[in-house]
Amino acid sequence: MFMDVILLLDSTVRLATPLLLTALAGLYAERSGVFDIGLEGKLLAAAFAAAATAAVTGSPWLGALSGMVVAIAFALVHGAACITFRGNQIVSGVAINFLAAGLTVLLGQSWFQQGGRTPPLIGEGRFGTITFPFAETVRDVPILGPIYSELLSGHYLLVYVAFLAAPFSWWVLYRTRFGLRLRAVGENPAAVDTAGISVAGLRYLAMVCAGVLCGLAGSYLAIAQSAGFVKDMSAGKGFIALAALIFSKWRPVQVMGTCLLFGFLDASAIRLQGKELPLIGEAPVQLIQALPYILTVVLLAGFIGKAIPPKAGGTPYVKER
Amino acid sequence: MNAQLPRWVDLGLIPALNLIVAFLVAGLVVMLIGENPVEAVEHILYGAFGFGEGIAFTLFYATNFIFTGLCVAVAFHASLFNIGGEGQAYIGGLGVALVCLAFDAFLPWWIIAPLAICAGAAFGAGWAFVPAYLQAKRGSHIVITTIMFNFLAASLMVYLLVNVLKVDGTMAPESRTFEEAGRLPKIGWFMELFGQNIGGAPLNLSFFLALIACGGVWLLIWRTKLGYEIRTFGANPTAAVYAGINPVRITVITMMISGGLAGMMALNPVMGDQNRLFLELAGGAGFVGIAVALMGRAHPVGVALAALLFGVLYQGGAELSFEMPAITRDMIVVIQGLVVLFAGALEFMFRPVVARFFAKGPDSKVGKAKAGAA
Repeated sequence: MFMDVILLLDSTVRLATPLLLTALAGLYAERSGVFDIGLEGKLLAAAFAAAATAAVTGSPWLGALSGMVVAIAFALVHGAACITFRGNQIVSGVAINFLAAGLTVLLGQSWFQQGGRTPPLIGEGRFGTITFPFAETVRDVPILGPIYSELLSGHYLLVYVAFLAAPFSWWVLYRTRFGLRLRAVGENPAAVDTAGISVAGLRYLAMVCAGVLCGLAGSYLAIAQSAGFVKDMSAGKGFIALAALIFSKWRPVQVMGTCLLFGFLDASAIRLQGKELPLIGEAPVQLIQALPYILTVVLLAGFIGKAIPPKAGGTPYVKER
Repeated sequence: MNAQLPRWVDLGLIPALNLIVAFLVAGLVVMLIGENPVEAVEHILYGAFGFGEGIAFTLFYATNFIFTGLCVAVAFHASLFNIGGEGQAYIGGLGVALVCLAFDAFLPWWIIAPLAICAGAAFGAGWAFVPAYLQAKRGSHIVITTIMFNFLAASLMVYLLVNVLKVDGTMAPESRTFEEAGRLPKIGWFMELFGQNIGGAPLNLSFFLALIACGGVWLLIWRTKLGYEIRTFGANPTAAVYAGINPVRITVITMMISGGLAGMMALNPVMGDQNRLFLELAGGAGFVGIAVALMGRAHPVGVALAALLFGVLYQGGAELSFEMPAITRDMIVVIQGLVVLFAGALEFMFRPVVARFFAKGPDSKVGKAKAGAA
């Protein structure tokens, strides 16, 4: 029983990681006043780029790098549309999602001829897991042993990166000059402009941060968690991350908690598949999987506190007025 | 940037420029794959218009896109972004299928069809009601709620198809096939008017319904009091409230009309083609509707033309991937993305350039020459 719980939490951590990285990407973009429903697309494009590069070069590091580069490129397209050309941010996000969904499969098929997949990565081509010191020796210690060796040790590097990125983002947003300006530009860009700081520059920088984090999330999906890219492998994770971001009311540490909650729901849905539960009969797997969306809608409706987005979000900044 | 431009420039030249750029970039993608874009266009045009069955398939796909395009367009007029057409169409399919499953044993098709249309529209409208109400009453962002409702629709339908509506003893998550009375007649006679053979294409009566819906939306938006209120609310919500227009009422009604149009789309695949309820029946048409509405400038005539273009791409794309296996049907999704990007998100990109050009010397002859060169 105890071991079951540990394994459940272990897969919670694994499933929460891509959500966390993607939600933090959205955090930077939206806190700077750029709505980003193109997270899904950036995640997918990064996963493809990472897997394709890792397959060709045999190096997961180059893969992760190219995942980041591609995600940044998509983020900058979104930035150009929303910041420079003052287009509709929602429309631009939709376009990013379409482009990623189409291009990944189209180019994948044309480059590798495996029905949109990338060749499976073997051995060194994929990120390995990190085992903490003494993880094997303390495994048999009751309670603490399994927690240390199963739950904390033995994950991919990017898992640790993700869970460090959340407190780091908190520090950046609330304790650095850049963070103060970033939050200000999402609330009141005119004030930032008056202070002589470039609104567009800050927002582009935020988009680059979003790109880096989406790139890491995509790399995690394609070259750590799985050994290659498959069509539509992000499977709505970008949107769940968006939901998590809203559910945490655009705050970094809360984002981590929400992503763990959503990861837990996903992990338990997988585990409960086809099992009988006391009182309710067969586990309502679809309901558990839909819970993140239901929770977010309920929150948005203002029944659990109130989610107030950054004030200047969604509107392009026009200097003279 | 804010200079006044002649009407034909704003409504004709700039959208045309945007589209041309979108298709040029699509051509570059084809070249990147190592194929000839001109040849690709030839295959698409032949597949879409070269023979009767192809034309019928083109119109069949266009039918879906007219409905979803109108769905997004109606919401645009109230300045609402309904990104949930996909989910509304999916749930609309449930309404259509329930009517067919309930009555196909003892009613003729011409009684079932109107019932199914009403049920599809009602289910789609119902699915749009909650996001609309939450936006109007509680201020939750309609884009986010409609995205969430797309996923909720997908979960609900998987649950229903796997646990409730599935035929016992089969594995496929789909309902039973409707009896003859639960099927819309194909319109082969219509194709024969033009000397074409429909072949095996599933073009059916919902095509006419889509055209009627176009006319209906035009009447609604530009010829009724409600349409006037919708447009006023969309142009300036504050002024609309000042003029005595109830924002909650307009938001909810507009979204329900929008959702109803998406719901009616389900008629085409469910009652017109597959004759059963099945997974993913909207097949992304709800999202294509966004591109269609943007391209058609939210006008029913524009929507119909843009829907036809996407019908051509869908049907021609099938032919293309057959003739050029390197170009899969995902090329259509790429083109969709480029159209949404250039005609939607980057719609102001060329405006400063064009405005500067017209500010220098408003000589329309030169203007046309330049447009031709671009």
